[in-house]
Amino acid sequence: MKDTDVRQGTLALMVLKTLDVLGPLHGYGIARRIEQISGDLLTVNQGTLYPVLLKLEQEGSIASEWGASENNRKARFYKLTRQGRKQLQAEARSWEQTAAIIDRFFAVKAQDLK
Amino acid sequence: MKALRRIFRRLTSWATSAKDETLLRAEIEAHIAMQTADNLRAGLSPDEARRQALLKFGSIEAIKDTYRDQRGLPFLETLVRDTRDALRGLRRAPAFTTAVILTLALGIGANTAIFAVIDGILIRPLPYPQAEALVSISHAAPGLPGAPDLGCSSSMYFTYRQENRTFEQFGLWSSGGASVTGVAEPEQPRTLFVTHGVLDAVGVKPLLGRWFSQADDTPGSAETVMLTYGYWQRRFGGDTSIVGRTLTIDSRTRTVIGVMPEAFRFQRDPELILPLRFEQNAQFLGGFGYRGLARLKAGLTIEQANADVARMTGLWLKAWPPNPGIDRTVFQNARIGARLQSLKQEIVGDIGTSLWVVMGTLGLVLLIACANVANLLLVRAEARQQELAIRAALGAGRRRIARALLAESLTLGLLGGAAGLGLAYVALRILVAKGPDTLPRLRDIGVDPVVLAFALGVALISGVLFGIIPIVKYAGPRIATALRGVGRTFSDGRERHRARNTLVVVQVALALVLLIGSGLMIRTVQQLRSVQPGFTHPEEIQILHSMVPAAIAGEPERVMRMQHEILDKLATIPGVTSVGFATRAPLESFLGNVGNPVFAEDKTFAEGRIPPIRQIRRIAPGYFPTMGTRVVAGRDFTWTDLYEGRRVAIVSENLAREWWGVPRTALGKRIREAGALDPWREIVGVVEDVYDNGMHVEPPKFAYWPALMDRYIFGGDKGSAVTSGMFAVRSSRTGTEGFLAEAQQAIWSVNGRQPVFLVTTLEALYDQSLARTSFTLVMLTIAAGMGLVLGIVGIYGVIAYVVSQRIREIGIRTALGAQPAGLLRMFVRHGLWLTGIGAALGLVSAAGLTRLMSSVLFGVTALDPVTYTAVSALLIVAGMLASYLPARRAIAVDAVQALRAE
Repeated sequence: MKDTDVRQGTLALMVLKTLDVLGPLHGYGIARRIEQISGDLLTVNQGTLYPVLLKLEQEGSIASEWGASENNRKARFYKLTRQGRKQLQAEARSWEQTAAIIDRFFAVKAQDLK
Repeated sequence: MKALRRIFRRLTSWATSAKDETLLRAEIEAHIAMQTADNLRAGLSPDEARRQALLKFGSIEAIKDTYRDQRGLPFLETLVRDTRDALRGLRRAPAFTTAVILTLALGIGANTAIFAVIDGILIRPLPYPQAEALVSISHAAPGLPGAPDLGCSSSMYFTYRQENRTFEQFGLWSSGGASVTGVAEPEQPRTLFVTHGVLDAVGVKPLLGRWFSQADDTPGSAETVMLTYGYWQRRFGGDTSIVGRTLTIDSRTRTVIGVMPEAFRFQRDPELILPLRFEQNAQFLGGFGYRGLARLKAGLTIEQANADVARMTGLWLKAWPPNPGIDRTVFQNARIGARLQSLKQEIVGDIGTSLWVVMGTLGLVLLIACANVANLLLVRAEARQQELAIRAALGAGRRRIARALLAESLTLGLLGGAAGLGLAYVALRILVAKGPDTLPRLRDIGVDPVVLAFALGVALISGVLFGIIPIVKYAGPRIATALRGVGRTFSDGRERHRARNTLVVVQVALALVLLIGSGLMIRTVQQLRSVQPGFTHPEEIQILHSMVPAAIAGEPERVMRMQHEILDKLATIPGVTSVGFATRAPLESFLGNVGNPVFAEDKTFAEGRIPPIRQIRRIAPGYFPTMGTRVVAGRDFTWTDLYEGRRVAIVSENLAREWWGVPRTALGKRIREAGALDPWREIVGVVEDVYDNGMHVEPPKFAYWPALMDRYIFGGDKGSAVTSGMFAVRSSRTGTEGFLAEAQQAIWSVNGRQPVFLVTTLEALYDQSLARTSFTLVMLTIAAGMGLVLGIVGIYGVIAYVVSQRIREIGIRTALGAQPAGLLRMFVRHGLWLTGIGAALGLVSAAGLTRLMSSVLFGVTALDPVTYTAVSALLIVAGMLASYLPARRAIAVDAVQALRAE
């Protein structure tokens, strides 16, 4: 259970970053972008993206509207809201801090702890 | 904030769920189509491209589920779904549903009704602003024989008003009657007399006009009156121009200054409110006939006020002169002290005990009802075992099945609760309309949010209570056994009936407790009714109170002659066998007791000590024969005694025995009332004791004085007659409308301006004295009746079910040559076994529980062996019958058919 929470959190951050970089995008587009960058995180179970999108939309970080895709298919496009941009900045910062702490933690050598 | 927004979105999207579902499907479809297109471009075959796309997407159904869980409120959704399923299921079993809802409606309805009564009387505050600050003031007098509860004297009014440190408002009041003439027939409305301060303390603003002010209390100022809403409506049709008009009350003209609103309540339900006026420089210590009412200053406690009053009592004792003829030491030795209680406590009195006893018994009825419903649910769950097993096999978790079962029982609980609320509403309407007058705050009783919440709570708790048993038994993972055990291929194991048997045992035990409770009440009423009350055939005695006009009240002999004339007129009414006149009828102590110390010439009392307080009643010749009170020794008064002013007296047998041992020796002894101002009176008769305060209270000791006396402690030189008294008429026609009219006419034919009031029969007074006991009896009997019926239904149900489950076994037994009588005995024995265990448990519980009701019992102990034996026997017989009837079906079974019924 805990595992999915972490993954969902990571996934949400990736979605926000993707929309920040690429602008409005449909679910498939977001999935592909994340796949390209993160490798195997989404090679299976692309579908898990959709509950994350829903959650973000409910929180007001992203908004969606229906439109036409490149090959004229009806698709739902997601875009970052102002609040989402703020959230992305905040979370990116906290992620960096966390990462830095973890880095330092693992960098500590055994004799340093004596 | 984020979380809040999310919940809001979830709530709104719950409403649009069907549309969202389609959109999600479209979105997923688009995703897969785009992936497929990309795969095609990468060179895969069309079939393979789509297959890969689907694989990559993952389980669509699982995603949809997660999505759904996040979108709406899954808990609410399943709840709604479960409830809908439950309702559908219940509709398909109408007989079962009706039985359950009816059972619950009775149980919940009865409990809700009695709770509404308790809420209205005991829980809800009095209908005054900041009612908790209102206290009633009375005094204890531990130094007086019998330690009576004294009210307040008029001299206290002045001391307390001037010296108190704890009262925001303070005043004295009393209630009684006042005659109103000149409007229609002369009448005597219930009247509240108040000093300035009482209405201010109560704090209910008048609907029209104003309250009494200090000026209205001042003797010599203009005479005023206030009306209550009911009287204003009845007498003046709600005419708003009434303020400023005049009424003739007790032969005086009074100006109406105000009307109280409809919501105004006060003790004894007054119709008129008159100012109480005291002349400050003509007051004495004694005369405690008033009641004190105060509103405490904000934040003060009753204890603080009590201390304050205790302090003031000391000041008061020094500040005022003793009443003429009574020594000051008498008051000092009485050790008069403060006794304050909240106004609510005074009004509610000790009715709480009876109400809680009734509530407790009805709670037991509800438990029995729940046990019954649980039993029905068990049968139903048994029949649905296959369905539940299949659901479990298809992957429904233990939780999911439990939730579905619980939803069904909660739905049943709520339906039963709704029906019960309807029943309670009807019952309360009847109670408020016809309830006993002795029930305080009757008009405050009704269904309010608290009562609604109670009904809802009870419904839900009952739902959980009876729902939990089938869940424990059937939601478990016993798929294999359940699937295999279905049908009648296997004979039943004993263990399968354990839950049902237990429930029936509990039901029987509870029913027995209830039956014993009501049995004890029946014995109590029997004992009370067998008391010789000191009067005979009360149903024949018509009672009419009347009051002579104030104009002639100052001429005692004229008053008496007029009453004598009325008695003669009453005696000529056809069917009348005798007539009598006295200050009061028996059992009218609710009008206030008239008591005073009585001295005997040959008994000495220490200096400053006063003899015990006795009941005083003034009577005319013929009162005792009319009431049917036996003269034990000596004689009744004669008219000559009265008109010649002979100083004579009659005493009750218990008083004669207390002082002189044997009634006859009391004759010729001399007694007098209160002090040296009253002349000695010679005892000429001793009469039977009268249970004047109710059958459950020892009869008080009485001194009877003549209605007309040449000298009396109250009345001065001119003598004294009874100006407001009671005419008693004994006739076999009593109670008929025509008779009452004739009696009233007889009074008015002598004096057309004389109001007639408090018209009743002695039987009504007698019944009223038993009202509280009867109320408890009726409620307990209803509860016990319900308990017994439900218990019998429970036994019947179990035996019937066992028989139907064992048809096959019975068939085999019959085929093997079992005798019908033996089979019958087998099933009846089962029923009796359950009844026996239940009865044994019930007897033990009853022995513990009935002790709680010992304060409402009279003449029987809580462990009365007669009741216990009779009730157990009744229950065993009922249990036998309840198992015999279904068992008879077993022996009617045709062996061949039973075996073929597979």
